[in-house]
Amino acid sequence: MTTSDVRINEAGTEANRPLLEIRDLAITFNTSNGEMNAVRNAHLTIMPGETVAIVGESGSGKSTTALAAIGLLPSNGRVSGGQILLEGEDISHAPEKRMIELRGNTIGMVPQDPMSNLNPVWKIGYQVKETLRANGRPGGPDDIAKVLSEAGLPDAHRRAKQYPHEFSGGMRQRALIAIGLSCQPRLLIADEPTSALDVTVQRQILDHLEGMTSELGTAVLLITHDLGLAAERADKVVVMYRGQVVESGPSLELLQNPQHPYTKRLVESAPSLASRRIQVAKEQGVEATDLLAPASEEAAADNVLQIQDLRKVYKLRQGFGKSSDFAAVDGVSFDVKRGTTTAIVGESGSGKSTVAKMVLQLEKPTEGRILFDGVDTSVLKPAELFKFRRRVQPIFQDPYGSLDPMYNIFRTIEEPLRTHKVGNKASREKKVRELLDQVALPQSTMQRYPNELSGGQRQRVAIARALALDPEVIICDEAVSALDVLVQAQVLNLLADLQSNLGLTYLFITHDLAVVRQIADHVCVMEKGRLVETGTTDEVFESPQQDYTKALLNAIPGAKLMLPPQVA
Amino acid sequence: MKSNQDTTHFVAPIEETPLLATDAVKMDQAPLSLWADAWKKLRRRPLFIVSAVMILVILVVAFFPGLFTQTAPNDNCQLANSDGAPSPGHPFGFTFQGCDVYARVIYGTQASVMVGVFAVIGVLLVGVTLGALAGFYGGWIDAVIARLGDIFFALPLVLGALVVTQLPFFRENRSVWTVIMIIVLLAWPQMARLTRGAVIEVRNADFITAARSLGVSRIQTLLRHVLPNALAPIIVLATMELGVFIVLEATLSFLGIGLPGSIMSWGNDISAAQSSIRTNPAVLLYPAAALSITVLSFIMLGDALRDALDPKSRQR
Repeated sequence: MTTSDVRINEAGTEANRPLLEIRDLAITFNTSNGEMNAVRNAHLTIMPGETVAIVGESGSGKSTTALAAIGLLPSNGRVSGGQILLEGEDISHAPEKRMIELRGNTIGMVPQDPMSNLNPVWKIGYQVKETLRANGRPGGPDDIAKVLSEAGLPDAHRRAKQYPHEFSGGMRQRALIAIGLSCQPRLLIADEPTSALDVTVQRQILDHLEGMTSELGTAVLLITHDLGLAAERADKVVVMYRGQVVESGPSLELLQNPQHPYTKRLVESAPSLASRRIQVAKEQGVEATDLLAPASEEAAADNVLQIQDLRKVYKLRQGFGKSSDFAAVDGVSFDVKRGTTTAIVGESGSGKSTVAKMVLQLEKPTEGRILFDGVDTSVLKPAELFKFRRRVQPIFQDPYGSLDPMYNIFRTIEEPLRTHKVGNKASREKKVRELLDQVALPQSTMQRYPNELSGGQRQRVAIARALALDPEVIICDEAVSALDVLVQAQVLNLLADLQSNLGLTYLFITHDLAVVRQIADHVCVMEKGRLVETGTTDEVFESPQQDYTKALLNAIPGAKLMLPPQVA
Repeated sequence: MKSNQDTTHFVAPIEETPLLATDAVKMDQAPLSLWADAWKKLRRRPLFIVSAVMILVILVVAFFPGLFTQTAPNDNCQLANSDGAPSPGHPFGFTFQGCDVYARVIYGTQASVMVGVFAVIGVLLVGVTLGALAGFYGGWIDAVIARLGDIFFALPLVLGALVVTQLPFFRENRSVWTVIMIIVLLAWPQMARLTRGAVIEVRNADFITAARSLGVSRIQTLLRHVLPNALAPIIVLATMELGVFIVLEATLSFLGIGLPGSIMSWGNDISAAQSSIRTNPAVLLYPAAALSITVLSFIMLGDALRDALDPKSRQR
């Protein structure tokens, strides 16, 4: 990595003064429940031109630490101890005037969510100009275009005159990077800059960011939850856990030789670093041979789902009375074998979720057939559809949205039983307790409400609800995408366990190939509504046939890192 | 060069941050539903306590006026007392007709509160039903209900009430109930709009899709999942509208198109006080003050409820 060369050179010539040094930082929040320590004993050092990543789960204090460095803590938070030294100057309690001088010029920031961090009523160019002017730089049209084109936006003069809604997510993130780097700061704080983007776009953006910062000699403080990404992009990794720095060091060494148990746990469960399917299912010998010989006669006979030439067309309105057809799903055919996991992979807009909705009978296909157990689902009568619902259940992406906040956990899991009039009150309660055991939640969770549970726990409740009716097929629509790495690994393991115990079939919709590797037996790659590649997971990962699949595989962060076998 | 501190591999002592089980369930607090949570927040808010106590007092006055005054409001009217000053037993003085102002204010509460409460119930029934249907089913149902609501929205309330009261049915049967009907007729669109918005917001949540794929029918989804989740803003608006409707009744009575003169209400008293406002402002002041305090308490309660029921303030 070029940045590390710069660092060593500078360390040799200049005085060894770090650009940013955080010593024993403590940050306290005043909440309605009294004072809360968000960060304790945090320390990290960034040398000029160096890239340092802070890795941790949500709530570990990684963003809070970074916000403290730029003086933008929420009003109820304050630095309650330690120092933040910017080139030797303690800025932890610097007056607002001094911080305004530093922001933009010395410390730049690329925020997390490209969708909400650009002001929708101002043109992109104006928002760049605002930053340039605020830092006393020329803000003419050419200066703006230069900044934007440096961030990789083609046709910058025209782009500057557009509004944020005319930009795609990746373009908005580029615009935000342009704004962050417009005044050539010496330190850029990038808070999960690509977590909302598709993997291939993520790769482009990070490549570009890396190129720009190494050219300008900008140091980067990269905040991420993805250890693979951190190790790939940063010289040094700082691992935070429960508000404390638990381990820090050169990224490769930290990855190969993790010392702290938390880091070990992270390395073990990082999806981008794992290279094999979770083993439970394969331990049964039959299944393993089955996987290797997908074309065998008996296996083909037991296709629980057969999707044939599926097509879904939406009408797009275009002005008065005009409409054009948009094929969200176009000619998709594949089979799902009983007891296996088939993953549908694709970027946003590839039509993968539409396929899931049609399989769940929540949308009607325009053309094509979905056979469930050999029966065409499009001709089901209401009573048959009601029975079909018992056998096919969904798990959704957003753990915060998939449980009714007014229902406690017992009612949530009991609802499918009540709806289908299964058993009496006592037997239903027994079933709910069993289900909670199955998803490894304490039975006392029954009386709690969704808002008291974490994202992973809610997802486990959603799994329990889906399992209540003993379904055969479970459709997981991005079921683990919103979860932290460790929790994600936990849920994936749970799903694998349940599959081997209950013989479940999964249709797994995801954009994350790293997850596919861990859970799927078969992969279908979708691009723009079409199926571009299908095969067993091993085939697709080892010898991808299509360029699109190759691009997706290359974009997995950390995929190329060499890890010792005991870890990988 | 490697001695440089930034290349060292630092490991925190494990005792400092002992490793917790991944994603353990927090068991330290009692389970809380939205309502229990709201109650917990409300209990500590002075705004809620003050407004709740005031409303309680108003309700007691409305139901048991006899507890507060021994004077029957219309029996002892003696013209000798016309516009008389306060005297022992008659703290607020006398009206032009020589009736006790205090007694009239106390007895007037009933009609005002009754109009407010029943008008809100009516508006809830009509507005929530229509709004929920419009928001949940969309399509032509939505279009029809929305346009219908717009028509009523465009009518100025007082003007609309003036026209409606001239209809033979309303002219001949003037009572508390006709006033309530007029208010419901003219005020439901606001509630319908709010409900429609709240329902649309909930309708697209994943848990609704989950319920549908469990096989829950559409109407059951609406009743069991959508409406309970849309209830918070409806309750807030209903509380505030209660105050507003009491004022509306007073306005209509003041204009002579509300309650008939035979029914004691603050609006009628304020209207009657017009003639003697220069000589005896107390006649106007006391019913007006009672009206203001009542309306203020309901609006304060609405404010407190809004803060407590705000989903954004809940921990996720």
